Amino acid sequence: MRYSGFRLFSEGMTGNRGWRPVWRDPEPKPEYDVIIIGGGGHGLATAYYLAREHGLRNVAVLEKGYLGGGNVGRNTTIVRANYFLPGNSEFYSHSLKLWEGLAQELNFNVMHSQRGLINLFHSDGQRDAFARRGNAMINQGDDAILLDREGVREILPYLDFDNARFPIHGGLYHPRGGTARHDAVAWGYARGADARGVDLVQNCEVTGIDISNGRVTGVQTTRGAIRARKVGIVVAGRSGQVAAMAGMRLPIESHILQAFVTEGLKPVIDHVVSFGMGHFYISQSDKGGLVFGGDLDFHASYAQRGNLPMAEHVMEAGMALMPMIGKARVLRSWGGIMDMTPDGSPIIDRTAIEGLHVNCGWCYGGFKAVPGSGFSFAHLLATGRHHAPAARFRLDRFARGDLIDEEGTGSQHNLH
Amino acid sequence: MRITCPLCGARDRREFHYMGDAVYLDRPDPVAPAVAWDDYLHLRDNPAGETRDLWFHEAGCGAWLVVTRNTVSHDVLSVALADGIRGGAG
Repeated sequence: MRYSGFRLFSEGMTGNRGWRPVWRDPEPKPEYDVIIIGGGGHGLATAYYLAREHGLRNVAVLEKGYLGGGNVGRNTTIVRANYFLPGNSEFYSHSLKLWEGLAQELNFNVMHSQRGLINLFHSDGQRDAFARRGNAMINQGDDAILLDREGVREILPYLDFDNARFPIHGGLYHPRGGTARHDAVAWGYARGADARGVDLVQNCEVTGIDISNGRVTGVQTTRGAIRARKVGIVVAGRSGQVAAMAGMRLPIESHILQAFVTEGLKPVIDHVVSFGMGHFYISQSDKGGLVFGGDLDFHASYAQRGNLPMAEHVMEAGMALMPMIGKARVLRSWGGIMDMTPDGSPIIDRTAIEGLHVNCGWCYGGFKAVPGSGFSFAHLLATGRHHAPAARFRLDRFARGDLIDEEGTGSQHNLH
Repeated sequence: MRITCPLCGARDRREFHYMGDAVYLDRPDPVAPAVAWDDYLHLRDNPAGETRDLWFHEAGCGAWLVVTRNTVSHDVLSVALADGIRGGAG
């Protein structure tokens, strides 16, 4: 069932009676070639690319709740490829390229809006660092423009440029950065995977991982045992618990990250603006709500709700940067559980248990990675070889001391 | 969240700096094998429930504290001075 303007028109003329559910609700089969644990963005994308790129259709996605009910529905929807370090740079560049064709490919409007992203800087030293980052982005084949103060003023005239502590000296402009509709990405991948024969099994919690002679043989679930030759754990936010079922400890500490949205307003913020020194970033959703957030609450937590001190800090940073938003009323705030790794970079790798693979550690940057992560993880699961853009996201890099510390903040989980 | 410092009494969470799991108190021997250092620096039990972690009373007495608390409810269960405690025990 394809979506098109014509279809929308004809359904509208006939009382919208022709729409049907876009994925099945299958019973789990006793055995699959590949089981993906976790029906979030990354898991659904993995299943989609397993079917589309590798012809693997005897695949199940097991989700303990409902599809897209985790962090893919709890983020601030920003899509960008402005990374600096080898390892991250090529991965996020690949992911952004997948984003750019995603709506056409999935025949599903993911509302990818390349409205441009500006990272502000406030000192000469920061300008140098951003110039270097911009050069790295350009060398990777992506886009970056170093704006001076007047350049920023031209596109973001509403900022307070003369803040006493952090006067704005300029910004690094990433025109291909932007936002997307978070739920639509999950739904689009789910629909595409289902159409290629993948079983999306909801309300099916994995309660155990079966291992025999160092090899994974299947999983135990609330809907019975299911056998599989390969299993992928894609449960960012709960990675530690699921890995523990296989007797593994991960280099992950879970932290809470808060986000906020205001009532709907007329269009006022046309870009994504990031104020790193104040720990604040903001964009405006297509419904008009200002969507913004800040930094971690900085202590290990699974609460899915934040603390007031960080909420207050984020509001203060927002007011310092753009006083015009002071009368907007906050409608909601929420917290997501972040898989924080000691270097702030993710993990896409096999494990010491044959057939068992992990995709985790996305810290607070998982949303933009959804297409690239699914593509690279599917490649690893199907071929047994690391996909080049994700080849450095190894589980053993910590033991080897080969960390990918994008922010250069040190080997501690909450510092990224 | 409020933390009751053994020296200063109940104080706002903002007075404290969080470092990480109390396993940081179990520093391996400098010549311990790399696997021990990987375990110490990187790997975590990361429980959804009761945990023990290290906090520094930055805006108070400057003591390092071992805080036992619940990561799901944010309840603080007990607080002790880190001085003299080994991370893995008790």
